[in-house]
Amino acid sequence: MSKASEAPETPSGTAEVPDTRLDRAAESQEKITGEIRAVEDAYRAGREAGAPEETGPRLDYPPYRSTLLRHPTKSLVHADPETIELFSPVFGERDVHPLEADLTIQHNGEPIGERITVRGRVVDGDGRPVRRQLVEVWQANAAGRYMHKRDQHPAPLDPNFTGVGRMLTDDDGWYEFQSVKPGPYPWKNHFKAWRPAHIHFSLFGREFTQRVVTQMYFPGDPLFPLDPIFQTIPDAAARERLIATYDHDITTHEWATGYRWDIVLTGSRRTVFEQDRPEEGDDE
Amino acid sequence: MSDLRPTPGQTVGPFFGYALPFERGPELVEPGTPGAIRLHGVVRDGAGTPIPDAVIEIWGAAPDGSVVQRSGGLLRDGTFTGWGRAETDAEGNYWFRTLEPGATAEGGAPFFAVVVFARGLPDRLFTRAYLPTPARETDPFLSGLGERRRTLEVQREPDGSLRFDIRLQGEDETVFLDFVEAARA
Repeated sequence: MSKASEAPETPSGTAEVPDTRLDRAAESQEKITGEIRAVEDAYRAGREAGAPEETGPRLDYPPYRSTLLRHPTKSLVHADPETIELFSPVFGERDVHPLEADLTIQHNGEPIGERITVRGRVVDGDGRPVRRQLVEVWQANAAGRYMHKRDQHPAPLDPNFTGVGRMLTDDDGWYEFQSVKPGPYPWKNHFKAWRPAHIHFSLFGREFTQRVVTQMYFPGDPLFPLDPIFQTIPDAAARERLIATYDHDITTHEWATGYRWDIVLTGSRRTVFEQDRPEEGDDE
Repeated sequence: MSDLRPTPGQTVGPFFGYALPFERGPELVEPGTPGAIRLHGVVRDGAGTPIPDAVIEIWGAAPDGSVVQRSGGLLRDGTFTGWGRAETDAEGNYWFRTLEPGATAEGGAPFFAVVVFARGLPDRLFTRAYLPTPARETDPFLSGLGERRRTLEVQREPDGSLRFDIRLQGEDETVFLDFVEAARA
């Protein structure tokens, strides 16, 4: 993730505290993959024995070493959302300029890489479109390098690519942005750890309880089974929901290939207002 | 879309610093605004070590208890929107300049809704920062937490600022919330 220049984040030398120093990178992929498989096998066995489906990631996921000291050890406390949590902050045209949805025009020249269009629809757990809401994206460049001071791995920066975009969903929940396909990048979870190419997404729903940050992946990436971040989600079908599909209808002639990625936020509890009801034939 | 199961979250990762923070993100009001307060704290891991790569967002009602539904949260043009975003610094500190939210219902205990993101945290964590008010003492949700209620109680510092530390793991682990499970129950 980041380099040796960063101080160790935990005291080492005590037997109880796992060594999660960022520059460790000593363990083998084989070991990490073994741990990943063990978690998934246990989850599958549990499912067959009647355990509930898990739709999200595990907070306590040892193969992703940085979780060791950062996951809560006590159960989350069930809470009924109160008034403020049943609303979300409002963003509007004055917050986000339409050109912020094009990550390829932020500098004087064209970024290097495979130009892509990413498009999808944001709905809540009842299938209602999330309208006029903020979507933020950020990503590495085509060489797998982030425009971030802590990313020092020896891949080139692209002077014409920052990799940050913002947009509002439209009246039917659709978002769309232009970019270049990010490259995979190395990190220091273990020896030869490489992250599958991905784009980070930050989303707001209609309620604060629907707030989510996630990552979109590209289809067919050979790094999927090896990546302990993608695999924090033990349910195979749930992981699939993070993978965009190539969509030839989004692809444009002599310009960009297209990817489709729809997002479902958690269910909503607020009273359904008339304007929020899905229209006839709204769902696909 | 026929499958309406939620899209899973993923960690915010280490490289959000050039993307999520925005100019004056922690400043919900201008300096000198009547009623302006400083809400601040440290985010720590299970070893007690400050977390220098976390993002905290707060969302709160206006002082009169109304829920603000105005755009401008990214613009910071003087409009109070009730929402702010801060990244932790190298020593794990975050801070906001904002207004104290009022109770959204008669007799309710006012709080900031808080969400935490960090590298090494595979999904966001929700919590609440309850203001030091008499209503807090009798709040049913807090009362149900026993000793752990202390982790959700904002402390007023001698300088008048409000302190809310966040502990992701360990003895003083902050109470984090699950709204989805509550809805299913």
